[in-house]
Amino acid sequence: MKALIKKLVETTGPSGYEAQIRAVVRAEVEPYADEITVDALGNLIVRKGKRSEKGLKIMLAAHIDEIGVIVTHVDAEGFVRFTTLGGVRPHTCVGGRVRFLNGVSGVISMEPPDDLTKQPTFEQLFIDVGLSSNKDAPVKVGDVAAFDRPFLDLGDRLVAKSMDDRIGAAVLIEALRKVKKTPNELYFVFSVQEEVGTRGATTAAYGLDPDLGLAVDVTGTGDTPRRTKVRMQVSLGKGPAIKVRDGGMLADPRVIDWMVRTAEKAKLPYQLEILEGGTTDARAMQLARAGVPAGCLSIPSRYIHSPSEMVDYNDVQQAVKLMVALVSQPVELK
Amino acid sequence: MMTKNNPEFRLPRIGKAQISLLERLSNACAVSGDEGEVRKIVMEQVKPYADDVKVDALGNVLVTRRGKGVPRLKVMLAAHMDEVGMMITVDEDDGIYRFEVVGGIDAWKLVGKPILIGKDHVPGVIGFKPIHLTDADERKKPVSLDNLRIDTGPVTGKVKVGDRATFATRFIQLGPSLRGKALDDRLGIATLIELVRTAPPQIDLQAAFTVQEENGLRGARVASYAFDPDLAIVLDSTPAYDQPTWDDTENTSYNTRLGAGPAIYVADGATLSDPRLVQHLVQTAEAYDIPYQIRQPGSGGTDAGAIHKQRAGIPSISISVPGRYHHSPAALARLSDWQHTLTLVAAALLQLKPDFLTTQER
Repeated sequence: MKALIKKLVETTGPSGYEAQIRAVVRAEVEPYADEITVDALGNLIVRKGKRSEKGLKIMLAAHIDEIGVIVTHVDAEGFVRFTTLGGVRPHTCVGGRVRFLNGVSGVISMEPPDDLTKQPTFEQLFIDVGLSSNKDAPVKVGDVAAFDRPFLDLGDRLVAKSMDDRIGAAVLIEALRKVKKTPNELYFVFSVQEEVGTRGATTAAYGLDPDLGLAVDVTGTGDTPRRTKVRMQVSLGKGPAIKVRDGGMLADPRVIDWMVRTAEKAKLPYQLEILEGGTTDARAMQLARAGVPAGCLSIPSRYIHSPSEMVDYNDVQQAVKLMVALVSQPVELK
Repeated sequence: MMTKNNPEFRLPRIGKAQISLLERLSNACAVSGDEGEVRKIVMEQVKPYADDVKVDALGNVLVTRRGKGVPRLKVMLAAHMDEVGMMITVDEDDGIYRFEVVGGIDAWKLVGKPILIGKDHVPGVIGFKPIHLTDADERKKPVSLDNLRIDTGPVTGKVKVGDRATFATRFIQLGPSLRGKALDDRLGIATLIELVRTAPPQIDLQAAFTVQEENGLRGARVASYAFDPDLAIVLDSTPAYDQPTWDDTENTSYNTRLGAGPAIYVADGATLSDPRLVQHLVQTAEAYDIPYQIRQPGSGGTDAGAIHKQRAGIPSISISVPGRYHHSPAALARLSDWQHTLTLVAAALLQLKPDFLTTQER
């Protein structure tokens, strides 16, 4: 599975520009799919199974877009000014490298700071793609880039840009491969534009009109050094997390219960997740049409929205097992 | 591809009739939620060319002009009829009224401006303490709505709480430029009326003249639900902040520039344009020698923000006539940018093939 993760995280696919990563995922899922469609916004929708009497129509969503940057101006000296696609923060940018969709690479730096105790603003940052002037610049206003960082295998711990949410996509791909029989009609949705506001899942959920929605996405952890005593109760290596709530959603209590029961029955480790900020595609599914019972299987992750996001490989493998257990049986929500 | 030299299809031109229609539209008062005056002009203009015209529950004008041949793409074009303005909130007697702003207007831009209130266009002025009576400290404080009032004179009985008000500016042509209030988005409305008149035959044109854009893209949301189009193009007007900077450094945040042609959106705060539509507009502009610019990606939003997320998703893009000083008493736009916007959208519609969405790479 590490080879799959490496392939996914090293592909460029900022929000709105998911063509490359969609093609990579499509090649991985094609042998296992009963039907593949790409909808109006670019969501890759993979059906497996047909709904039986005891089954439900279930939408599983992992987003294939990643945070990135977009060019706003190339100045007279050839420096590239930019703004963000999704939740990029300035302190993770300086010294980082980006790769444009057309293959051009660059390094992010900043104007000399007035005050070293303060974070720079995006207006002070620029990308240097190695030019001396803007004449014949290889990038132009509106061009899009993602952070550029190779996959790092530390044994149990894996580090990469865009673990958020290629690790979710990897879990769904592995689960799709491993689900042999299911009474449910499963739609594996590799969604677009999550980082700019769960837009892809919004339209995919409307189109599919599922009975149940489950997102797979990363969540934060409280297990790194900090000065405050208040810590999020999620750690790396203690199993995948079952979301109770985040900044945009209260998970359906029946869905939480079903996930907990399934994990315990399968003797799989799990953690319960309360995330203060942020949200996932599960919110979009929950609010689709007349409302959908929704939940989220989260992969604990450190340093989210930095170019070096870290997950635990055991958590990832347990998440696959839990996902397979969840969708292979008739679902009882009570 | 047909080109500008191909005589088969004449692209629409802006002449005196179009400018005088823009003048009527700019001078009409239609603050969000009270778009009746503009709606009336739109209805009168589009009826002779439409297969179907209706006003929906929120007040959007929904116009369908069907093409010939099968299959046909359903193409939604949207422009918003509403403008930013004010609403009377408290009658303080003697012709003095408290008010709030509708849509985004900086309070300091209101000071001292003549306005028109309600359906009868009752004239008023937004008053503030005169400089004779302010001290140095007071002058440094930001203007807040709490210390502004609308003053009508007094006139009894004609102004009531809930009435909308807009700037009293009258439209004028200044050589190559057009100046008026509410050019955001009467330029889009005037463009859309012209496109309804001249729609190419291979598409079904679904024109939405929308309400309540300035207070949250509300009209477009329900209009796109009703139309359920294959793709959407939004016609708006976006700020140009292209003047030289005060310290002569390079202006790197201009949003758009006057005279540089229609502004094609790649990304704003509400929408990532469909890459196929970006490519289509850019390629059309290049094939027809129409100048264009890419609007600087950033914040803000157009009706596309509501449209693209409707139902199971609608590939969308926006294109704007650049204009200086929007959301103020008087905006300034170039006639040439308007002409090029109309030409580009007309040509892009003409070049839309029925299999566009399945064959175009994204």
